[in-house]
Amino acid sequence: MNFYPLAGKLIPIFWLAAIVLTAIGLYWGFFKTADAMDNGMKEYYRIIYVHVASAWMAMWLYAVMVAWAMIGLIFNTRLSFMMASATAITGTIMTIIALVTGAIWGKTSWGTWWDWDPKLTTFLILLFVYIGYIALQSAIDDTRRSDKASALLALVGLAIVPVIYYAVNCPDPNQCASLHQESSLKRVESNILIGMLVTTLGFWMYSFATILMRARNIILERERNTSWVSKLNEVN
Amino acid sequence: MMSAFWVLLKRDLLLALRRRSEIFTVLFFFLIVISLFPLGVGSEDATLKKIAPGVVWIAALLASTLALDRLFANDYLDGTLEQLTLAPQSLSVMVFAKMIAHWLLTGLPLVLIAPLVGLFYHLPSNTIGVMMLVLLLGTPVLSMIGAIAAALTLGLRGGGVLVSLLVLPLYIPVLVYGAGAISASMVEGLSIQPYLLLLSAFMLLALIFSPWATAAALKISLE
Repeated sequence: MNFYPLAGKLIPIFWLAAIVLTAIGLYWGFFKTADAMDNGMKEYYRIIYVHVASAWMAMWLYAVMVAWAMIGLIFNTRLSFMMASATAITGTIMTIIALVTGAIWGKTSWGTWWDWDPKLTTFLILLFVYIGYIALQSAIDDTRRSDKASALLALVGLAIVPVIYYAVNCPDPNQCASLHQESSLKRVESNILIGMLVTTLGFWMYSFATILMRARNIILERERNTSWVSKLNEVN
Repeated sequence: MMSAFWVLLKRDLLLALRRRSEIFTVLFFFLIVISLFPLGVGSEDATLKKIAPGVVWIAALLASTLALDRLFANDYLDGTLEQLTLAPQSLSVMVFAKMIAHWLLTGLPLVLIAPLVGLFYHLPSNTIGVMMLVLLLGTPVLSMIGAIAAALTLGLRGGGVLVSLLVLPLYIPVLVYGAGAISASMVEGLSIQPYLLLLSAFMLLALIFSPWATAAALKISLE
């Protein structure tokens, strides 16, 4: 059990990095960039720093979660399942942040809180998939079964989510022969990009910190009857 | 291997035919959902034609989710399922037989009742044909994806609601293209072939992966 003390040492470092990077990113975004974008968006576009960072993390954390689940199923390591379930919750939070900031931005720039645009719909479905994973895990009392069953569900999700993404982006196959959404990253001003990337790094560090904290809690909960846990300072 | 497949298929069909009411419960659930929409949304001709494709598919998704509970639950309770996992034949093949039996009992009736829905919603006859065809292609996918979730939630408290939470988001591609094909068939000059090809592709993918994933899920649940 070397993970537990190591994670305990790393958590403060990740927290520090998260706070510093997010602060720098947001400072840069708010004070060092233009007040309006070329396409007519005014100050409110600055929500982009939180919105894009959380959206990227939401998608990335799903991949991380599936990777841990896969490692767990292949090598049968308990820690991987714990990491997968810890990642799922941070991923869900990031998805919710992305959806809420997206709604606020939508209200200011499109005049509506919600639009059935492919990207929004994809994120809503991503949220449903995360929720399904967490619901299945918490419905099963036996930890061994709950770990493996939710890992299998994550794998099934990995196979079907791209199909859902395609279906949502191209509901009419007569119209789109190929799915190619042009990334708008290249058109973004480098100044704004810096703010976005630094904030994303900050969010990433935050995810590391919270995932490790949650994994430590899961370990304590599952190993509460072992002697090494009873010798820990924080338990006594 | 194949004899185990046929024996299991026959057994499941026979069991279901002894309890015919269960087949009709799903069928009438489908019909009731279908007939609630005109009461809630309004029954103008244009409205009915517009909502029909989505309504048919959403009713089919809900009916098929509702029926999933029956796929493994009884066999789990009386211990048959455990015996199946111990049998020398591949569990995937036997699970596949159960899926087909389940589709014949819950999916096929929906396909056959589709013309009635067409009459309810004033659909032209060629659209009714398309509707039956896409239901024929799409409902097996629902049964096969649903089987994975049914196996994962075997014997859990509140399993029914949990199953819908797990599978309904995964049914979205079938809903989008199934309903899309019916809508397209009502527009002059639109080809429905791409929709049919995509739905067939989903069915082939589900055929390959679902029995295997369901067998893995059953092994996890019965461990």
